Amino acid sequence: MYYKGGRAMIIKNSLDNLSRWRWDDTFEELERMRLEIERLYQYPAMKLFRGHSSGVFPAINITEENDIYYLRAELPGIKADDLGLSIANNTVTIEGERKSDPEDENTKYHRRERDAGRFSRKITLPAQIDESKADAKCSNGILTIVLPKAESAKPKKIAITAV
Amino acid sequence: MAETSKSLQAKEKRGPLSVAEQIDQGPTFTPDVDIFETDGNIVVVADMPGVTPENIDIDLRENTLTLSGKVSSPEGPDEVDILREYETGTYFRQFTLSEMIDQPHIDAKMTDGVLRLTLPKVKPVEPRKVKVKAE
Repeated sequence: MYYKGGRAMIIKNSLDNLSRWRWDDTFEELERMRLEIERLYQYPAMKLFRGHSSGVFPAINITEENDIYYLRAELPGIKADDLGLSIANNTVTIEGERKSDPEDENTKYHRRERDAGRFSRKITLPAQIDESKADAKCSNGILTIVLPKAESAKPKKIAITAV
Repeated sequence: MAETSKSLQAKEKRGPLSVAEQIDQGPTFTPDVDIFETDGNIVVVADMPGVTPENIDIDLRENTLTLSGKVSSPEGPDEVDILREYETGTYFRQFTLSEMIDQPHIDAKMTDGVLRLTLPKVKPVEPRKVKVKAE
């Protein structure tokens, strides 16, 4: 409501000094709104929507070196036995369950931030993988999967014949 | 509280709780913790994936407990990023302990990137009757 009034006022007093004051006033309010929204972004709840993670657990990093893909995920508290890993063509599926530690009946929780539950994620890689050479390690809560590209996916040099 | 049939959601790693906490180079993250109390102990469980028992620093002075864990970047120098959904960095979190903790007997264990700190509670001093000797 205020802005509509502000705009009408600007048109009416366009050459008036007073109109400049009105214009700045409108922007000032917008500026305050912008700062308010930015402040909201600080809250963890907003950050969930903004993150570049697809929202699926676990968050992964994929890197490539010398025709080998390295896939890493942070899985604290998850042992190798709790994980299932399968590879087909160019997709990798990671699934498992994170169990919460069994505690006594008479424990009182003061703070509970760590989640427990099942997860399953299917990741598609840009090239075919040679499953027979794939390797996976889980240490200190970090899962590292080494995925060499299949021979058919590796770039081949083509000789150019001069005619 | 959490049933095991529920599926996990990905969470963004939380940055430092206050600007004053960024002392090391590289990003700093706040690890998720569970704090609970049993009959004789207070237990703090913190998620710190990528931290080995050698790289963790637990400091206790003047009733302030500081957890700090360094994570070295796991990627080799020639690896090219294809997808990056999380960053690695130092984990840091501080707690204020009440005086009811038996500080010399704090126990710390680290498995699979999870730190488990057991803080024994001081047993309350039993009220004693003092005998008066007649001189």
